[in-house]
Amino acid sequence: MERPAWAPRGIDISVPSVSRIYDYYLGGSHNFEVDREAARKAMEFMPGLPKIMQANRAFMRRAVRFAVDEGITQFLDIGSGIPTFGNVHEVAQAASPDARVVYVDHDPVAVAHSQAVLEGNDGADIVAADLLKPKEILASSQVEDLIDLNRPVALLLVAILHFVEDEDDPYEAVAELRDALAPGSMLVLTHASYEGIPLPEERAKGTVDVYKDIRNPLIMRSRDGIARFFEGYDMVEPGLVPMPHWRPDTAPEDEDPYAFSGFAGVGRTA
Amino acid sequence: MSAGPDGPEDRLRRFATIWSRAVFPVTSTSSTRPEFEEQLLPLARRLSEALRARTFDADEGRAVGAALVTAHCTDPEALSRSLDCVDAYLVLYCGAGGDQEDLRARSSRLQHAMAAGFAQALRERTLAEQEAISAAALKAQGVVAQALHATEARFRAVFEGAAIGIGIADLSGQVLQVNGALLRMFGVSEQTMQGRNVMEWTHPEDAPQTWKLYDELVRGEREHYHVEKAFYRPDGTVLWTNLTVSLLRDPDGNPQYQLALMEDTTERRLLNLRLRYEATHDALTGLPNRTFFFERLEKALGAGEGQRFGLCYLDLDGFKTVNDSLGHAAGDRLLVEVADRLQACATAPGEMVARLGGDEFVALTTGPDTEHEVDELAARIMNALIAPISVDGRELTVRGSIGIVEGPAGERSPAEVLRSADITMYRAKSAGGNRFELADEEADARAITRHGLTTALPTALDRGEFFIEYQPLVHLGDGSVRGAEALVRWLHPQHGVLGPDRFIPLAEHTGLIVPLGRWVLEQSVRQAREWRERHDDAGPLRINVNLSPCQLTHPGLVQDTVDILERAGVEPQSLCLEVTESALIGADDDLLKPLRRLAEMGVDIALDDFGTGYSNLANLRRLPVSILKLDRSFTQSMQQFPADPVDLKIVEGIVSLAHSLSLAVTVEGVETGAQAEQLRILGCDTAQGWYYARPGPPERLHELALVDATG
Repeated sequence: MERPAWAPRGIDISVPSVSRIYDYYLGGSHNFEVDREAARKAMEFMPGLPKIMQANRAFMRRAVRFAVDEGITQFLDIGSGIPTFGNVHEVAQAASPDARVVYVDHDPVAVAHSQAVLEGNDGADIVAADLLKPKEILASSQVEDLIDLNRPVALLLVAILHFVEDEDDPYEAVAELRDALAPGSMLVLTHASYEGIPLPEERAKGTVDVYKDIRNPLIMRSRDGIARFFEGYDMVEPGLVPMPHWRPDTAPEDEDPYAFSGFAGVGRTA
Repeated sequence: MSAGPDGPEDRLRRFATIWSRAVFPVTSTSSTRPEFEEQLLPLARRLSEALRARTFDADEGRAVGAALVTAHCTDPEALSRSLDCVDAYLVLYCGAGGDQEDLRARSSRLQHAMAAGFAQALRERTLAEQEAISAAALKAQGVVAQALHATEARFRAVFEGAAIGIGIADLSGQVLQVNGALLRMFGVSEQTMQGRNVMEWTHPEDAPQTWKLYDELVRGEREHYHVEKAFYRPDGTVLWTNLTVSLLRDPDGNPQYQLALMEDTTERRLLNLRLRYEATHDALTGLPNRTFFFERLEKALGAGEGQRFGLCYLDLDGFKTVNDSLGHAAGDRLLVEVADRLQACATAPGEMVARLGGDEFVALTTGPDTEHEVDELAARIMNALIAPISVDGRELTVRGSIGIVEGPAGERSPAEVLRSADITMYRAKSAGGNRFELADEEADARAITRHGLTTALPTALDRGEFFIEYQPLVHLGDGSVRGAEALVRWLHPQHGVLGPDRFIPLAEHTGLIVPLGRWVLEQSVRQAREWRERHDDAGPLRINVNLSPCQLTHPGLVQDTVDILERAGVEPQSLCLEVTESALIGADDDLLKPLRRLAEMGVDIALDDFGTGYSNLANLRRLPVSILKLDRSFTQSMQQFPADPVDLKIVEGIVSLAHSLSLAVTVEGVETGAQAEQLRILGCDTAQGWYYARPGPPERLHELALVDATG
């Protein structure tokens, strides 16, 4: 049965949350033992998981700066999680003081934490909403207050789409967002994949199983499957590539081998 | 300080580069390594300055250790690698020119301080972040709880405000929670309901599957079921519900609770029962009506082998008179009383009494022994009617006629049985009423014919199925044909030629006698004219036509007769109307007036079947009759020779009396010459009978008359 719109998603901190696990990978303490336990289990199979997260953050940082360089100062970051450091608004506002950022997450704890972090920041806010309900996001007062939908927006879907199963139709949601944003908008995306992980697939599957156990399945998609999210976008050079290869500041060969897991890309609508 | 190659500034940067290369792989920063190196450079400078300061201050080490945490080097490995770097390279790159021993000691103390500063900063950051995430979790829970509270408030409002009864019980049947609507339905307080077990709520009218469904549900074999169920309220009244019970499962799918939704259908049910009652019961007497009775009769007739039925069909004798004389209200009260008495007669299981309509009632008995029981039932009914019924202060004596049909189930249809009962009842009625008769097939068949004739009568006249035969009337003095009696016949398509005795009573009963009688009169008068035209020389032939009692009272009698005679151009003297003695018994002046007028016009009136009624001979004077027709019973004994002297005396007396009143005497049923001779001697005027001629077509009469005239 579909949960009625007015019935909130429950909150149970005895259940691990992907946001807090992510924070733990990044050395943060915004997490509880259940989160750390799950993270440790996942790292038993893939010890370099933190490096993947770090590469994600580094890519996001480069992409945000790129967007600002391209003249985009409005950011919609869906699946923002728990902002530890080096967040979109920090990077964007450092690059352009009048940059506007709206974060979106469906985890009530992540939302509450973001609200605390963003207090006093007039250029950034958080919406409690679901990626799969773009209309709710776009109709939110935060988006209305901060973002001019007639001007290009950089849509960030960093390390989130691999938590949406095909049956929930993530492609449809991404397309709906694309159609709602002004021409010239950007899609900044990273996605997990078995491709690029410096481990045999069977071993990497152990990590996938951990996420399945915490009822937050991790969907590993092929490069083609990930490329489909960019339908209607023109890919920005160098296209859909392993994260360290996307417009690197330093030589990719210096990067940790795990940083090459999965794909990153930026697309722009005409 | 110089910035030249291998100058102190250059050496400081080289130290920072080495340090950043060592630590960067274990940091979580999203900065690049060169950016990270830029963050470390000021820290390296502080260490370098502390190393060479005039007054040594180890606290600078604490600050640098803390700054590492700020730069997101939160992994303990970052501290370890930093201390390795400082130990190996600080004095080497930043301690040029100083006392090496002293510099090494300072480096060590700076490292100790860095470790302490790192640990403290990490501890504070960890605590702060834990605090922050806990606060966020708490806040989120608050938001969720508030939303849940609003949700729950909404649910509670739905639960409490719902018009249908809602109840939740555990799987053992223990009631956990019920809403106000349910309490109101049961008429109990919440306290009474709490802790009750649903298994207690059995009711005799529970459908057989009700509790089987319940067991399946609580065992988790069924998700829900829907039944109509009755409950006892504490006050003993019954609550009828439309009950839907659903199984509620926990998130893992295990059965957890049962949810009951019930709708109070008591009133609707009562209304249905009432509507059903009204549809199946007679409004006046409250007895089952025709519909209900047919249902029961059908059931009884459809019962299995060995089962029989007995039916009493009762019609009150003379009820119409009560209605006509005392009014319908009194009639109704009489029927109600009869209904009550009848009901008391059929109280055994398998017995029922119903009112079919009007004053017709039926009593039904079923079972294996109805052969015997139905007689008793009829006797009880007759008995119950004996005591007079008091209506409006009058004591009315009620009698009834009962037709009884009894037999085995499975042979006849309800309609057949009822028709047989109806026929038998009429038989009882024709036999004088106040009795019961048993159906027998022969009587049924006769009655069925009678019934068929009655329904066929009206169209028979239109279809020209009637015809008239004429029986000559002969003058006893000279043997001449003086006229004829018109006798109507019915050429029935199935039954052939039927005599008047078969259908005149039916025509009387249905009122068809008036048009039929007019037709006979018309035909006969026309025939009389024809005879006159063709047989003028033989003198006028008179035509005798029978008048039924019904025609006598018909207001158009005189006018019709006059019209018919005038249209045919026949003298009134050529017509004789025969009226039975019984029709004139007790006749008052009103009844006699039309006859008198006809007689005044010249039409002869004959008193038919004279001697069969209880005629007041003195009354004869008063009647406008000119002819007496002696019933055949007087003449029968004269067929033998010698005739019974008493009969002779009687006939002689009657003839003498008639003649003294100026009445002519006609005798019927003359079959022998001796008879004719005897009657002539006795003074009778005219005769008819087989001795002269049987009734026949008009041509025969013509021939006879001609023979008579010529012979």
